[in-house]
Amino acid sequence: MKHLLSTADLSRTEAIDLLDTAEEMSLVSTQEVKKLPVLRGLTVVNLFFEDSTRTRISFEAAAKRLSADVITFSAKGSSVSKGESLQDTAQTLSAMGADGVVIRHSGSGAPHRLATSGWIDAPVVNAGDGTHEHPTQALLDAFTLRRVLAGLPASGPADGARGLGLDGAVVGIVGDILHSRVARSNVHLLTTLGARVVLIAPPTLLPIGADSWDCDIAYDLDEAIAEHSFDALMMLRVQQERMQQAFFPTAREYARRWGLTDLRVRALPSHCAIMHPGPMNRGFEIGAAAADSPRAVVLDQVANGVSVRMSVLYRLLTGQSAATGGREGQS
Amino acid sequence: MNSTLIRAARMPDGTRADIAIVDGVFADPADAASPSTVVDADGLLALPGLVDMHTHLREPGREDAETILTGSRAAAAGGYTAVHAMANTSPVADTAGVVEQVHRLGRAAGFTQVVPVGAVTVGLAGSTLAELGAMADSEARVRMFSDDGHCVWDPLVMRRALEYVKAFDGIIAQHAQEPRLTEGAQMNEGAVSAQLGLPGWPAVAEESIIARDVLLAEHVGSRLHVCHVSTAGSVELIRWAKARGIRVTAEVTPHHLLLTDEEVRSYDPVFKVNPPLRTDEDVRALRAALADGTIDVVGTDHAPHPAEHKCVEWTAAAMGMVGMETALPVVAHAMADHDFSAADLARVMSARPAQIAGLAHHGSLEIGTGANLVLVDPDAAHTVDPDAHATMGRNNPFRGRTLGTRIVDTFLFGRRVYASGALGTPLEFAEAGPWND
Repeated sequence: MKHLLSTADLSRTEAIDLLDTAEEMSLVSTQEVKKLPVLRGLTVVNLFFEDSTRTRISFEAAAKRLSADVITFSAKGSSVSKGESLQDTAQTLSAMGADGVVIRHSGSGAPHRLATSGWIDAPVVNAGDGTHEHPTQALLDAFTLRRVLAGLPASGPADGARGLGLDGAVVGIVGDILHSRVARSNVHLLTTLGARVVLIAPPTLLPIGADSWDCDIAYDLDEAIAEHSFDALMMLRVQQERMQQAFFPTAREYARRWGLTDLRVRALPSHCAIMHPGPMNRGFEIGAAAADSPRAVVLDQVANGVSVRMSVLYRLLTGQSAATGGREGQS
Repeated sequence: MNSTLIRAARMPDGTRADIAIVDGVFADPADAASPSTVVDADGLLALPGLVDMHTHLREPGREDAETILTGSRAAAAGGYTAVHAMANTSPVADTAGVVEQVHRLGRAAGFTQVVPVGAVTVGLAGSTLAELGAMADSEARVRMFSDDGHCVWDPLVMRRALEYVKAFDGIIAQHAQEPRLTEGAQMNEGAVSAQLGLPGWPAVAEESIIARDVLLAEHVGSRLHVCHVSTAGSVELIRWAKARGIRVTAEVTPHHLLLTDEEVRSYDPVFKVNPPLRTDEDVRALRAALADGTIDVVGTDHAPHPAEHKCVEWTAAAMGMVGMETALPVVAHAMADHDFSAADLARVMSARPAQIAGLAHHGSLEIGTGANLVLVDPDAAHTVDPDAHATMGRNNPFRGRTLGTRIVDTFLFGRRVYASGALGTPLEFAEAGPWND
């Protein structure tokens, strides 16, 4: 594994290996000194062509906990807004000595282009590209789900999840599938790990061609809740600007039909975890009862994001993993 | 008297014959008893010079991408003796002045007959008709009008344009793309776009415009030409319209006959084009339609772009591919399963486009017509190397592919503008000759 561009590229073994390494990494956060020396002397460049404070600081924290030097490059106010190309930006950073590049871009495929064009040699991590994929988000979702399914704390140090997949789990993903890179990455990854994914959305927010995906599709959330015994329900953020594009009539109608209202929370199986990649639109795709429910694992997802990103950076920059060396790789 | 004798060429009908050229027109070999030039065409196929109804030569305005000279050289190297230069230049070719400039620069280049296409609407903006009559009456004698790159979306403007050009037997060439359905579109909408997360360009955006336009053409009794047909549904609509007697003609590009949206998985913008690469089912339908005549012609939609518009991420890249220098080998290759003969190649790449565009001196090998001819080695496997091409555009999607047909010689009104696989000497259009007819 040279890059992490898409979860479709991950085998079950590779995915479980990354999650197991992330389990190791989660222990670091409990140490007095929250640092491992494994990437000492290496430079990780965060190339953020699109604003995303949450993902950026999560990657920064991950790299720093592995003792890497971190350079963050935000496109706003930089040469990119003055017409510098992705090629020139990449090559400039490469000349400065980047050992790994984390890229966030509004255009689908930009990380793929960076990794395959020959512009740079360093491993590339896709931190979200357009409406394509967001692999580390799917990994942190899988990590969280694996904990929940095993009856373990959703975040923090815990023993017992290592080596497991998500076999038999049923996960609903609700909302704007069309524009969601999180949904695409999760369909691949959760399915690879043995879960069954059900996408629930208005037909306008499902891509033409989604029927070829390895998952179920439903339009009616209440019917889906009644039909499936969900182990987790993942609510996707709906961007405000979709309202102006005739994807659905009004925010109120959307909330009534596809929002996780208090009534729907009560209809869910008692063990069902409530997930959201954040930031949440309270009262729109998710109600207060759901967001504040003890079954909501939204903050655990955030915490696990750092562990998972540590695992990915460690794997790509050292070529090692839990299976090939794990914590012994520290020395 | 300037005469050339081409010996023992294989003709489109499969026979072998000598071809004589006297003073720029085809002549009876008996009248060229002591030719000034003799070309041995043993083993070569003779086709009437190819006619491209669809190129972008970029001049005036984007001379960093292509000029009329470099585009004309690419035409000669591709076997094209006439090319139509689309109007989306800067300034737009929407006045007699601009089309005359293009016409003049084409004659000065001398490697192919450059036929300017006039814009349908001022600035390609789709709202006000350009001075179509002035362009028709100009030195450039424009007969084909197109807002290519943009759809004449307004049904009333389209109706008026179709009606208006009847006065001088003009034809409207439509770029069929419903604009609202394709806002921000990046590739064909389907299973691949769903997975790649790229905004889709649905087939219905092309088909709905074609359906409307054939009905408009029927209503006003005008000629309609549909540019770069790309979907199976469009083929069905055109087949229906032709059966109904509507005067519609249609074009397909070489790339839509060979490539599918699977190529987009590479996110390499060399495969970004408008209309987008479609599915395998569409490719099959297009090939069948070209074979049975539902689609009349192959047009290249040759669209050179400078490297900086392609060496970027997919979503930022320009749409378009170059194609004049690979068109004939690509079409021969793509149509191999359809028992597509040399006569069929001559029909779709020369005779029909010449007929639709009204170019009397192109499209045939008949005695007395312009000596526009291409000699082709039909069995010369070679690897496509865009860096060696005459066009300035390196955005050729067939890079690295092995193709079987090679252009050997191109004769433009008897002048060997491409000779034994290399550029020859240009034709002096300024002199008297049949090209001034």
